[in-house]
Amino acid sequence: MKCRKCGDGAVIELPRHNAAFCAPDFKEFFRKQVAEAIRKHKMFTQDEPVLVAVSGGKDSLALWDVLIETGYRTAGLYLDLGIFEYSVESKSKCEAFAASRGQKLIVESVAERVGAGIPEVQKATRRPTCSACGLSKRYLMNRAAIDHGYPVIATGHNLDDEAAVLFGNVLHWQMDPLSRQSPALASTHPKLARRVKPLYRLSERETAAYAFLRGIDYIVEECPFAKGATSITHKQILDRLEEASPGAKHNFLFGFLEKARGVFDGADPTALNECAVCGQVTTGEICAFCKLSDQVKRRRA
Amino acid sequence: MGYNPGVKIRLRNPSREVELPGRKRVKDVLRELDILPGTVLVIRGADLLTADEVVGDGDELEVRPVMSGGSATSVSNLK
Repeated sequence: MKCRKCGDGAVIELPRHNAAFCAPDFKEFFRKQVAEAIRKHKMFTQDEPVLVAVSGGKDSLALWDVLIETGYRTAGLYLDLGIFEYSVESKSKCEAFAASRGQKLIVESVAERVGAGIPEVQKATRRPTCSACGLSKRYLMNRAAIDHGYPVIATGHNLDDEAAVLFGNVLHWQMDPLSRQSPALASTHPKLARRVKPLYRLSERETAAYAFLRGIDYIVEECPFAKGATSITHKQILDRLEEASPGAKHNFLFGFLEKARGVFDGADPTALNECAVCGQVTTGEICAFCKLSDQVKRRRA
Repeated sequence: MGYNPGVKIRLRNPSREVELPGRKRVKDVLRELDILPGTVLVIRGADLLTADEVVGDGDELEVRPVMSGGSATSVSNLK
């Protein structure tokens, strides 16, 4: 198989683009896709500091790497979820990455903020683990961005992540989430940072290949709570569609963003307030994170 | 025909090793392992391999799932 651009031996084929690339041309393709995402959705400028949420996995470290390489001002944010050996290893991957590139890494601990790590939080709440974890991550990411003066948070969500979320939301016609699904969410309150997903044009396999070709040491092991998660089943269903019809995920997600998303605008007009306990943004009086923390404290009391 | 030591493959999530005999293309290795090609990277040393690459002769491969928090997607079963 030959590189579409230079004719040298290819290292990766991209059936949805009917193309194959050698390593240097694939890395160039990858950077161009990120640049196009940032440009198209006006995610951030070269002058704005960007807080990159990193988990130690391939997507977030690939994102941080490409933003550093293209000259953006960045810092990493690692959220220590307290998930046993998985968190210990993922934290050390992020620290090693930050040190090797001379970048600042901010570390926030769920246990310090909530009083317990995710495994205990889950037991205290009856929420599914991924739900309590996602809630905690969204809250702590925004809070860290505001506290440290970053107007924008970039996350490593890729095309597969976004297509799987869309698939789940469409299966259940979740109108509010559909109205919010976007590669870039604007700030609608002074205490809400912009949230952007510069990898949304790139598949999971492409981010993994980029991370490998850049020599990024990332955590390959799965989160022990991910086994059996609905989002993984949705991804596997989409994987099969993609195998039968290359480009299916891309068309599903991009078709939604370009043709259908506008239909859902206005489905989520809720005004934001400041939480009576912590002062962070919420749609109610007390935010979901403070309610969660309270449940954990009462269980431990 | 002389003896061909085949290919030794390291799989992840869960971590395990398998050996397959003979020389074959990467896509045929994945078919034998019941893995969708779009859900893994196939790695030999410092190189990524495309589906048409021929492996064998004692090659040691890593088949690394690309899904965050997941394993390779099987062709025949949803797990």
